[in-house]
Amino acid sequence: MPKVPAPPLPKALKPAPRRPGDEDGPAITPAEAGITVVDWIDERTSLSGGLRWLLYRKVPRGINWFYTLGSATLFAFLSQAVTGVFLAMYYRPDPTGGAYESIRYITDDAFLGQFVRGMHKWGASVMIILIFLHMGRVFFFGAYKYPRELTWVIGVTLLILTLVMGFTGYLLPFDQRSYWATIVGVNINGTGPFIGPYLSDFLRAGPEFGANTLSRFYAIHMLLVPAAIIALIGAHLYLVTKLGISAPPWIHPEVEPDSVAEYELERTEV
Amino acid sequence: MPDRRKLFRSKYTLDRNMPGAFEGETVTRRRFMDVSANAAGAIAAAAFTLPALGFAIGPIFSRLPWSWQAVGPASDFTELVYVVKVVTIVEGIGEAGKSIAYMRKRNPAIDTEPADQYNEFVALSSRCMHLGCPVRYVQAAQRFICPCHGGVYDFRGQVAGGPPVRPLDRFYTRLNEATGLVEVGPRYSVNTQLRRFSPRDPGEPLDGIGQYLYPARFSTAKL
Repeated sequence: MPKVPAPPLPKALKPAPRRPGDEDGPAITPAEAGITVVDWIDERTSLSGGLRWLLYRKVPRGINWFYTLGSATLFAFLSQAVTGVFLAMYYRPDPTGGAYESIRYITDDAFLGQFVRGMHKWGASVMIILIFLHMGRVFFFGAYKYPRELTWVIGVTLLILTLVMGFTGYLLPFDQRSYWATIVGVNINGTGPFIGPYLSDFLRAGPEFGANTLSRFYAIHMLLVPAAIIALIGAHLYLVTKLGISAPPWIHPEVEPDSVAEYELERTEV
Repeated sequence: MPDRRKLFRSKYTLDRNMPGAFEGETVTRRRFMDVSANAAGAIAAAAFTLPALGFAIGPIFSRLPWSWQAVGPASDFTELVYVVKVVTIVEGIGEAGKSIAYMRKRNPAIDTEPADQYNEFVALSSRCMHLGCPVRYVQAAQRFICPCHGGVYDFRGQVAGGPPVRPLDRFYTRLNEATGLVEVGPRYSVNTQLRRFSPRDPGEPLDGIGQYLYPARFSTAKL
């Protein structure tokens, strides 16, 4: 495997040449100390090769702002993950009133609570919008074609899981709107023939919306689906890095004029 | 002892070029080790996966307890006007577990379904049969109207318009002779002819092929 050349060190990290008569200076400068620490980790993990593989890769000519929609979706997910973890510190999945009260506490009383909850609530919509824009970019640029079909399939699974996050998260404030929206959503699930009724029972943890429905939705929302999303994002990014980014459809491979003429000649002769 | 090993080459493993096999051996030791190590791993994984999975899907199979709730004396109900009664569907979760039954006395002039001990009083569930929103009764129009998607039901709870797929669900009712109070029991579903079925979720039609597409669940049963 050809070795990727190491990027040049930034100026601040370059060790200054030692001046004559400067032997009394510090044995090691802060920059050298930093390099030593990084080297110590790299010697044991070989992470730098992987990082260079991930970050310093060739991209085709003609890429543009549309190619940033995937990273934008990733950062929307990271924002949801971080704000969600901190909302979970205050939230109580208690259907007898505790859930609504804890959301009221976050919104009205907790320091920056309204802001963090707002980030999570509006960020959810932003993530859905970005994921569809990203999907549209991939579709209209033809980037789902060979050899990137598996990346597309994983991406569609991520889209479905994100919609599951939206569905399960909607119940958690436990006000009238989220309660009835969940009733309607679960009943839409139930209209699937043969397995629909059992799927509804699974989602509700019983034949009626009961004591365990809220905690079940909470567990799916903050443990089950996020873990699956993180794993699939890893697979998605691995494939993107391994297969490279596709060029926009209007960029054509450069062909030597002579070879085109030769090809035309060959074709007319036959 | 390479020479000795050569002597005992098994014809079963000769083509696989595996040393150490003995005559008559059909499963090599390496293959046996592979299989047993994988089997041990699979058993260990199943030991925590299967109980956890069963724990998660268990509620599908556990039956909801039935109860009879007293809602008032028989004199509360007339044949022409619906009375609103609050019934508890799920215990222990407060307001979220309560629902409304629209109740009246059975009127033989319009209630054509066969009479028995459980429908001397008609108790309609307020759950819309489109997707489960709560319907309200409008006395002037004598119609039940759903606020979500425009479902309309007539006085007997049969679909008069909109998207609902079957008439409003009903509750079993009985008159407790000892106390003189009307009691409301479990919910049941009906098809267009008001035939009784075990309770189904909204959105599941029970006419024709519907009763087979949406089978009864383990968690509920007809009385």
